[in-house]
Amino acid sequence: MSDALIEIENLSKLFREEHDMAARMAARMGVGHEPATVHAVDNVSFSIAPGEVVGLVGESGSGKSTIGRMIAGLLPATEGRILFQGADITTRNRAETKAAALQIQMIFQDPMSSLNPRMRVREIIAEAPVYHGIIKQSQAREFVADMLERVGLEPSAGDRYPHQFSGGQRQRIVIARALAVSPQFLICDESVAALDVSIQAQVLNLFMRLRRELGLAYLFISHDLGVVEHISDRVVILYLGRVVEIAPTEALYADARHPYTQALLAEVPRLSFEKRRFEPIKGEIPSPMNPPPGCHFHTRCPFAGPRCSREVPPLRHTGPRAVACHLEDGGVE
Amino acid sequence: MTAVLQVEDLKTHFFTRAGVVPAVDGVSFSVNRGEVMGLVGESGSGKTVTGFSIMGMVDKPGRIVGGRILYQGRDLANMSEREWQAIRGRHIAMIFQDPMMTLNPVLKISTQMIEAVQAHVHISKEAARERCLATLARVGIPSPAERMDAYPHQFSGGMRQRVAIAIALLHDPEVIVADEPTTALDVTIQAQILAEVQKLAETSGTALIWVTHDLSVVSSLADNIAVMYAGRIVEQGRAATVLRHPAHPYTYGLIESIPSRNKRGGDLAQIPGMTPPLLDLPQGCAFRPRCPRATDACRAEQLPREMPTGQHARCIHPMQPAAEVAQ
Repeated sequence: MSDALIEIENLSKLFREEHDMAARMAARMGVGHEPATVHAVDNVSFSIAPGEVVGLVGESGSGKSTIGRMIAGLLPATEGRILFQGADITTRNRAETKAAALQIQMIFQDPMSSLNPRMRVREIIAEAPVYHGIIKQSQAREFVADMLERVGLEPSAGDRYPHQFSGGQRQRIVIARALAVSPQFLICDESVAALDVSIQAQVLNLFMRLRRELGLAYLFISHDLGVVEHISDRVVILYLGRVVEIAPTEALYADARHPYTQALLAEVPRLSFEKRRFEPIKGEIPSPMNPPPGCHFHTRCPFAGPRCSREVPPLRHTGPRAVACHLEDGGVE
Repeated sequence: MTAVLQVEDLKTHFFTRAGVVPAVDGVSFSVNRGEVMGLVGESGSGKTVTGFSIMGMVDKPGRIVGGRILYQGRDLANMSEREWQAIRGRHIAMIFQDPMMTLNPVLKISTQMIEAVQAHVHISKEAARERCLATLARVGIPSPAERMDAYPHQFSGGMRQRVAIAIALLHDPEVIVADEPTTALDVTIQAQILAEVQKLAETSGTALIWVTHDLSVVSSLADNIAVMYAGRIVEQGRAATVLRHPAHPYTYGLIESIPSRNKRGGDLAQIPGMTPPLLDLPQGCAFRPRCPRATDACRAEQLPREMPTGQHARCIHPMQPAAEVAQ
């Protein structure tokens, strides 16, 4: 797709263990060990259209937050490209890259740790737009009042400090700050995970309203499949750094193709009117330091065959869907 | 069936410099052998303090100021710490959200578990070790004999929680209080733990008090549900009844605000406003300022009333019989 807002092409991220001095000396003398590497993100490609909400789902260690951080420019990519409106933003030093970075804003899980506790809400929200010349300092008061209203807070909130707000209100402040630089794209990394159910509904409704009003696109990173089902147009499922399945939300929830997605969807706690028996998938998520060969999921997969531990299944696209599983491509033998 | 544990009009208050915080204010419920009781509430509702009160673990400035906790005819609320030590861990055990609350990071799992066995029964170290191995195997830890001498940090989060559950099971307690034990875990691991817990309640007859904010999890696990709001139980009854025919507007709002229940992309039903500060509760029904059905009559104290569908709710304008939650 050439009209994509964001295109991620063969993105990878390796984290390498930093050697201390003793280890470096040992290595020089030939007795050291190889530094441990984690392939946190492994050759990931997908795109996001303008105004689209894409859910990025995975369990701990799947690399979902790392992908979000690389798109937001908080982490350099080891390999691959990230295109924003066709321009590569992985090269961080050009002026146009910086302009693009302003268009991409990130909202984290814990609002308290992303708000400076010693700044008033007004200063927090006005800081970036004033610095980037979007507004003049003299316009700040009115501008902040507008932003606060947009996220459902009183204009008087601008005079207070972050600790004077509840968790849900703080998340609204973080959203107002992100909106202050008129972004086109928001990365929400577990942005509602820490909120109570009734407050979570309020913040999700706010995200949906902002999308309608401002035409925002979202990358919605979450482990909560219920939330993702509600808010996303398309869903990308990750397992140990690799994409295992991409599909439009309704198609995915109606008919998941990858055994991992199927298992994940079966385990989502849903409101039921009766007790039910839990039949969980066996085994633990393998350590990302030492993932199984072939398909990473084969150690826990009920359908795994000899081919699964030999070959990495490529992500095969058919129409709007994509699956990385040998079952979809000639079988597991 | 007779109740293993009965909580009657429990009041646990915190005496802070800013005033008295009624964290738990008149909570009553009971659990039977082999039953799971879901204690549901949002932050600040008093669900965790209720759990801690049952365990005799309320710290200063908090204190149980009223009510009784009856276990085998004895009132736990008035017991000394010495008496408590014979009961806690042996007859009533707790599982926390973070297994590192249970585990000491600098001691081997084996050391900690053997200590927990020998604290209550006089058996040899070898016999205690055997018992630990059997319990670890019961919660699904592969090759427990090898893993038992590892340190907590050498386990994954899910495995650590299994160890914490195993420690709670060491003495086959009659009651286990579990405070959000699966909240921090990944979905697939959460399902594994829930399956173990379910099996346990059925096979050993342990009564479980499952404290959580997650209605979806308790809905498939619990026999009974109590919904807490601002220190009180606002609705309690059989799980199926409370979930299908919620009577209290708060319960109804909670159920309707769960994302997967709602039409995709549409607005979620939301409860307006937020939980009131416990230091400054509204008069009468604490949910009144957020409630769409509230009238002046709600300014009066609301006592639990039996609903036509069988559960009890503290509400004079209940949703029934009109409300029925569609699945």
